[in-house]
Amino acid sequence: MYKIDADFVEAVSHSDEFNANACMHCGNCTASCPMGLELLPRKLFRYVVVGLEKMVVENAETIYSCLLCKMCEESCPADVHIAGNVKKLRNYINTKYYKL
Amino acid sequence: MALPTGKVIGIMADNLRKRKNVIPLSAKKSTAWAEGLNLPRGGETVIYTGLLYQLMPGITGLAAKMASYENSFMRHLMGMGRLANKFINVAAFMGGAKPAVYKEYNRILRNIACLLQKSGVEFGYLYEQELYTGALLHDNGVEHLVKKQARRIWDVLQANGVKEVITTDPHTTNMLRSVFPEVIEGYDLKVRSYLEVLAEVAPEATNPLNKELVIHDSCMYARYEDVIDEPRQVLAKAGAKVVEPDYAGKLTWCCGGPVESLFPSKSKKVAEERVSQLAENGRQITAMCPICVFSLREAAEKRDDGTEIHDIIDHLSEAYCLDK
Repeated sequence: MYKIDADFVEAVSHSDEFNANACMHCGNCTASCPMGLELLPRKLFRYVVVGLEKMVVENAETIYSCLLCKMCEESCPADVHIAGNVKKLRNYINTKYYKL
Repeated sequence: MALPTGKVIGIMADNLRKRKNVIPLSAKKSTAWAEGLNLPRGGETVIYTGLLYQLMPGITGLAAKMASYENSFMRHLMGMGRLANKFINVAAFMGGAKPAVYKEYNRILRNIACLLQKSGVEFGYLYEQELYTGALLHDNGVEHLVKKQARRIWDVLQANGVKEVITTDPHTTNMLRSVFPEVIEGYDLKVRSYLEVLAEVAPEATNPLNKELVIHDSCMYARYEDVIDEPRQVLAKAGAKVVEPDYAGKLTWCCGGPVESLFPSKSKKVAEERVSQLAENGRQITAMCPICVFSLREAAEKRDDGTEIHDIIDHLSEAYCLDK
């Protein structure tokens, strides 16, 4: 059972740099990923939107494995800024967990 | 087992904070490429290398070390390494590259500058005042340090009266053209890649290449900066026939390089896949980013089938008889 964290939603999901609300879960991003990341971005972004911080942090390796190559954005029908969202998550983890 | 992400990024962040670069680099090594070119200091238009080519010998050496640590007990010592690095430059003790490697990367920058000059472009250079842009930390989400670095660079550019820069790689182009305007108010620098400049002004080749080259687009140029036609135009002027792989232009396939410092094994797998795609179209492959060239070349060497990866400037040097 994971706790929904409202502060996490406020810090990440409601920031200007993160926007995944338009994601329609079509899976094009996953299908076109050169790294073959299965989690990113639709499932991961859903964790963020609903405030499951623990799930996000447990997937830190996946978040930092993203190449930021934007191949996914080329095939995203909803124009979600996937690479920017990933960078925002990295920034959050760096600050809160890695104390950078 | 993966390297400890926070510790590795922490070392790079500490270096940028304390030593103004993710891997410390002396002023002598940063500027050695320009020796004897008599480039004027400063000016309204300057070439801006962002030190990426100069960092490549260090990056290649460290990448090999990190790959060896990935599945060894050494990865557990990264925390101690980070602590020690706060006081001494740990990278200096990890084995530097051979002088020939530095010479090779310096030759690339010299040839870019020489080709610009040969094309009638006038520009200066900031020499030891030039700073790394912080691209690697931007990718890894250490934004507060990137903002500080952007401010430092903008101050240097303004103090020298620089209005326009000509960049030499896609990552520096992206930072100066698309990232810095978002973090600095009033930032109005004109930024063009040397390939964009050459596409406009390069003369016809003196020694046309008359060969087929498979092109590998950089993700950063193609999808972040929309630099797609220009390298093709420049290669066409050089007399090359550009061969397009299945994944090209806006749909180019990443070289794997962006995660080399954190996940060497994953990075190499992506590079091998990309080289396989490219090699289906020919053995002579050209790339336009030092990180792409490094990642793809390493993967190509494993194939032992004659697949060669070269920086685009190597081909242009041949076409314009440079190679100084």
